[in-house]
Amino acid sequence: MDGNLNALTTVFTEFYYWVTVVFMFLIHVGFCMYEVGASRHRNHMHTLMKNIMIIPLVTVTFFFFGWWIYWAFPSFPFFGGLNHEAGAANLPWSENMGTNLSDRITGVFWAAFLLFSWTAASIVSGAVIERIRSSALWVHAVMIGSVFWIIDAAWGWHAEGWMVKYLGYHDAYASGVIHAVAGGYALGVIMVLGPRLGKFAADGTPRDIPPHNPWMLTIGIFLIYSGFWGFYAACNIPAISPEGIGGLLTGETWTATNIYLAPTSLSAITFNFLMSLSGGLMAAYVVSKGDAFWTFSGGLAGIITASAGNDLYHPIQAMLVGAVGVVIVYNLHYWVERTFKIDDAVGAVAVHGYSGIVGLIIAGFLLWGAPSSPYEGYATVNPVGQTLGAVIMFFVLGWLPAFVISKIQAAMGVLRIPAEVEIQGLDYAEHHAYEEAKAAIIEADKAALNIGKVPAE
Amino acid sequence: MSTIGYDSWAVDLAEVGAVYPFQGSEGLMVVLGVIFWIGWHRIQFVREGEHLQKAKNIGDKEKITSLLEKY
Repeated sequence: MDGNLNALTTVFTEFYYWVTVVFMFLIHVGFCMYEVGASRHRNHMHTLMKNIMIIPLVTVTFFFFGWWIYWAFPSFPFFGGLNHEAGAANLPWSENMGTNLSDRITGVFWAAFLLFSWTAASIVSGAVIERIRSSALWVHAVMIGSVFWIIDAAWGWHAEGWMVKYLGYHDAYASGVIHAVAGGYALGVIMVLGPRLGKFAADGTPRDIPPHNPWMLTIGIFLIYSGFWGFYAACNIPAISPEGIGGLLTGETWTATNIYLAPTSLSAITFNFLMSLSGGLMAAYVVSKGDAFWTFSGGLAGIITASAGNDLYHPIQAMLVGAVGVVIVYNLHYWVERTFKIDDAVGAVAVHGYSGIVGLIIAGFLLWGAPSSPYEGYATVNPVGQTLGAVIMFFVLGWLPAFVISKIQAAMGVLRIPAEVEIQGLDYAEHHAYEEAKAAIIEADKAALNIGKVPAE
Repeated sequence: MSTIGYDSWAVDLAEVGAVYPFQGSEGLMVVLGVIFWIGWHRIQFVREGEHLQKAKNIGDKEKITSLLEKY
């Protein structure tokens, strides 16, 4: 670190990302609470464990190869080979991937991306509750968390990504690169997995399976909102000079930037985060006729719909985009459920997937002609590029691999739990062991009481 | 042609102000936003009135008594 200003900027940036990571941990806490609240009593522990184990599995695989993919894949395979130079610095055996006093950024930047990976996997986890085998879900968690979402990040969420260069793809706060891809992936899995027993009547009419604990859902989603603040901040570079960007910017005015190194500000995204949350909540309340589950999820869907352009929108635009997105997404969810008999247990495909698609397409129109990058020769933002981007995110990198992997798992008989276990509940065996252990210790305590002494005497 | 007024970032940021789309339409945006807000209240008043009208006739005295005791 040469000079005090440079040192201060580096340490500030290091601390900035560290704080975002801590905030983003709340997203995972929120997802866990939401899933447990939405599941029935007999499946609680299993549901919780299924989501908790995403943390270590995605973390280690993101260390082993996920982070390398981000740096090596921006042009690969359609517009060039692997970027070995950038990739090498981020391989698990690189000196940058450890305690290194000449690199104070890689660790926190890796962690910020890793928390996005957990989110992508956790989105899928919610859609499949109460009937998937944990073994199967954990393979999917690694695939979406450490492979497919990070490929899409390299392509469309990297300053040199080919989608940014040639399509003018703009997705500042990840409508597509996290939410559309994870929603598409969830849809691919549940199409093969099938609905929960009892979800559809014999004539195909869908039944509502209400959450067992609406309060837990409420706290869960508020924690997700809180973590989302950290996510938004983590998508920015906090302070950088035009010289540091090295693009077309002139002058000496420092700025915050989005992930593409194009200028924005924390102030802008704070306006837009809150206004899109509000637009989503208000529209969801109306369209769902006050349904709590959909109103809270609608707040999230509002943010997700506006996220692609929330670095540049006016706050009122963010509010209206969030509101319009929620109306489309809500209706699409029930249409898909009725028509294709899809059981999306927590509305994950809708809130994340459909919102992501709608948000990308709307951004293509509202930001038409805006520069997607501070570098020369990049396509500007346009509706065709955004729509193609949405298809790539949702279908190509989300739905397709999930469908293929799930088909393989189904053919091997390792995707879905047996119907008998689904009826008796996934916690049945653990619950019995718990009750037996409880009875045994109560008996032991009673015996000690009758003898009148404790074993230590 | 760009909705934000810039089709390139070849600018000195010291000379750049607002960059949101459709600058100059702030008044229209506020009107649309206010219509959304007032419209929301209108829908809510109407719906809640209808709901309460229906709700006041569906109570079962026995169930209500048990609910009161449940606190």
